[in-house]
Amino acid sequence: MIDSASLLAVLPELILTAGGLVLMLVAAFGGDGSARVVNWLSVITLAIAGVALSCSLAHGPDAFDGLYRADAFSVFAKALIYSAAAAAVLLAPRFFSTDGAPRPEYPILILFAAIGMGMMVSAGDMLTLYVGLEMNSLASYVLASFMRQDERSSEAGLKYFVLGSLASGILLYGISLLYGFTGSTGFDGIAVALGDGVSKGELFGLVFVLAGLAFKISAVPFHMWTPDVYEGAPTPVTTFFASAPKVAAMGLTVRVAIEALGPAGLDWQQIVIFVALASILFGAVAAIGQTNIKRLMAYSSINNVGFALIGLAAGTPAGVAGTMSYMAIYVLMTIGAFACILQMRDADGKPIETIASLAGLSQSRKGLAAALAIFMFSMAGIPPLFGFWAKFLVFDAAVAAGLTALAAFGITASVIGAFYYLKIIKTMYFDEPTAAYEAKGGSVENIILTACAVVIVLGYLLNPLLDQASAAAAASLF
Amino acid sequence: MDGFPILSLMMAVPMAGAIACLFASANNARWIALIATLVDFVLGIVLWLNFDQGGLQWQFQEYAPIFGRFAWALGIDGIALMLIALTVFLMPICIGASWNAINKRVGEYMAAFLFMEVLMIGVFTAQDLYLFYIMFEAGLIPMYLIIGIWGGADRIYASYKFFLYTLLGSVLMLIAMMWMVHEAGTTEIPALMAYNFDPHVQTWLFLAFFASFAVKMPMWPVHTWLPDAHVQAPTAGSVILAGVLLKMGGYGFIRFSLPMFPEASAQLAPLVWGLSMVAVVYTSLVAMVQSDMKKLIAYSSVAHMAIVTIGLFAFNQAGIEGAMMVMLGHGLVAGALFLCVGVVYDRLHTREINRYGGLSINMPRYAVLFLFFTMAAVGLPGTSNFVGEFLSLMGVYQASSWVALVCTTGIILGAAYMLYLYRRICYGPQVNADAAAMPDLSIREFWLMAPIAAVVLWMGVYPESFLAPMRADIRALEARLAPAAPAGDSKIKMGAPKPAGASHHEEAPAHGEAH
Repeated sequence: MIDSASLLAVLPELILTAGGLVLMLVAAFGGDGSARVVNWLSVITLAIAGVALSCSLAHGPDAFDGLYRADAFSVFAKALIYSAAAAAVLLAPRFFSTDGAPRPEYPILILFAAIGMGMMVSAGDMLTLYVGLEMNSLASYVLASFMRQDERSSEAGLKYFVLGSLASGILLYGISLLYGFTGSTGFDGIAVALGDGVSKGELFGLVFVLAGLAFKISAVPFHMWTPDVYEGAPTPVTTFFASAPKVAAMGLTVRVAIEALGPAGLDWQQIVIFVALASILFGAVAAIGQTNIKRLMAYSSINNVGFALIGLAAGTPAGVAGTMSYMAIYVLMTIGAFACILQMRDADGKPIETIASLAGLSQSRKGLAAALAIFMFSMAGIPPLFGFWAKFLVFDAAVAAGLTALAAFGITASVIGAFYYLKIIKTMYFDEPTAAYEAKGGSVENIILTACAVVIVLGYLLNPLLDQASAAAAASLF
Repeated sequence: MDGFPILSLMMAVPMAGAIACLFASANNARWIALIATLVDFVLGIVLWLNFDQGGLQWQFQEYAPIFGRFAWALGIDGIALMLIALTVFLMPICIGASWNAINKRVGEYMAAFLFMEVLMIGVFTAQDLYLFYIMFEAGLIPMYLIIGIWGGADRIYASYKFFLYTLLGSVLMLIAMMWMVHEAGTTEIPALMAYNFDPHVQTWLFLAFFASFAVKMPMWPVHTWLPDAHVQAPTAGSVILAGVLLKMGGYGFIRFSLPMFPEASAQLAPLVWGLSMVAVVYTSLVAMVQSDMKKLIAYSSVAHMAIVTIGLFAFNQAGIEGAMMVMLGHGLVAGALFLCVGVVYDRLHTREINRYGGLSINMPRYAVLFLFFTMAAVGLPGTSNFVGEFLSLMGVYQASSWVALVCTTGIILGAAYMLYLYRRICYGPQVNADAAAMPDLSIREFWLMAPIAAVVLWMGVYPESFLAPMRADIRALEARLAPAAPAGDSKIKMGAPKPAGASHHEEAPAHGEAH
């Protein structure tokens, strides 16, 4: 039965749905000329949905008889998702306008993806989870191949679609196994059934579910699609992929692991530890030889997911809070870095993606180089930048949970990762200048990257706030 | 001075200067940096004058819990005071040394230096474990840029090596810190210094901290980043690297490793001694065959830092006081020697020793100052290094006579390579016409080195000014270490006290002959 409290709990999704549908009509009638208006209206829609989160929290946590949860965790994740999605919308027009007019479908697809992502982090049932995941994925497949005439973009879309479907299949298979052996698709029901010991069938289901989710967060060994898709997709889309869906998939993984599979903690913990360490190591080593900056960011995202998973491996409220804080800081760094990458254009305004073209940027575009250097040092986890704090939180949780060896190994591997971030800084600051980029950046990009850089530099002042929010989010899962 | 946040102010001044430099023109940036560092120097003097010797252990404390899990907690004891004094004294000299030598991207250069000063003061004043770590690690960023942008031909390799080497050393320390905070339930350094960790765990914690401080110090065999970094860094970068950054390692030992893990320190002291003995002999010999001036001084730094570590791990007051004095003295003398190299490098753009010769003929003032600092590096009585090395060796003699025996050879070897260096540069015939045509010190260069010479002399003649502020703190440290300190093998029997006027110096030869 649908009651009004449930409807109010999903108010953000309702707003996004209504907004998306109306804007689609605007786009259909207005044509490409309406792109600008649709762009801004979708940002406003996302903002309104963000405001509605508080209303959703007030009527949570359970909605639709446990199918859906509007708790502090989902609100934390959704706030991140909506902001990242809004940034991806704002960063897009200048990029798309270089080859033809920007098209209004882009922001609308992002809105639909945001609905899916909201459902992912709010899922209280395997079926809600799957519907949300697919909603996000379908929008993402289209976004990846958004530049139809571009070969790389089409290839990225196809690759993403084929591998994504495979992963969805694996996930669905795992869900069916879990359903078969536990007799429930609800997270609570599964947790109850797992409480009396984990049978072999349940274990298989658990492994398949985690494998499917590992694909979505692009963790090793299910990461293969990431570099190709990140490189091929249009840069604003890559910005989006690297930020919002990462948060959603990570939030989903955390929720499934803790709420549904919590009693089988010892079984998934070893899987998560392996995946985390493998992602950290692989992401760090494979990134070293890259010459394309978007590809490098793909490996960087694999690396970062590994670090975030260390918090989950700890399996404690502090660990979950650490993972969520990690994602928050990661999103900031990623969006800032991509706002810089989007400004890598030659004198004619054509986008460039090679790392070598950054040579001597510190002399031609001082501010841009400084901002990118801040993001790179931050991703490398060098204090006093905020990226250090992200790593600190997850490692601290691991140490508190007694996983000192894991923490020691992970943090040592982070030194390998520091190397390729340093390489970018070296290119910008130490190398002799090559052909300069266009002299002026877009104002939207500049505002976004300045905002991100300021938070990354002064972030420690936000610590009490972040601690409180992430602790509340984590507490709602336990 | 009650309640006035002078330590925060000392960090705020260079920070403001750094930001201003980023936006200023080249010449303005130079002046901004000079004024900011001079203001900090004055503040440092005010700090020293207001420091209550023999008063509370921690003074000028500030506490603001604004960062959630850790706090902006500052405070200093006598040991930190001396190192801060060293920092603020060397900084204006560094800026002066870069006045003409740096002419590209001056604003960024000065900003990096000022930011470095903020972090160095932060390291020595932090009273919160995590705040310390942040300050300690953040220093990598400006130093990486200083070496990489303004360094010599092989700067990129050197900058990577510096960065990754020191980062790898430090990250394990962070894990150990997290463990300690969970165990002790506090991030405050004074509380942790009094906390008794389980001796079995101490070993691991000690090793994790050791990984960081040994690299920073640097101890053999993890010293290899230092010669590269020194050779490639610009002159002022070398000065600050040798003068202050290396001291962070020694400060780390004295503030963390020794008081927090006394049992493990005693247990692993033979390891430290062994590495230090190798370092003293081996790096001194390596220094002797260098053909690059900066590399020679870099290797000599490793040997001197080994004297610091044996002094620290002597577990007695003489040793630790000696280690502190070597740190201060070496900071001044090595800094001055790098300035001396910088002077001739600016003229001839080479650090090859063979390209010089007979400089005492055309650069007499330079030759005199260079000779003075050479003698100080050798440890001639009357200079700062003599006091420190003597106390260190005397301290370690009580713990282990073999270590004292081997490390004392460092003084002889030190004399050998320094005098050999000096002979090749300043004496002999003037074989190279361009070197013979170099002008003597300019007024600016003279006034950069003269203050250092004065302080070196002061420290050598009246070390009490520098020992007095630290005495109570070192005594407290000795008391903390006493239950765990290993028994010495020298079996010193204290005679009846001699009448007033008899100094320690008269006893010294007797120790030497005891072998």
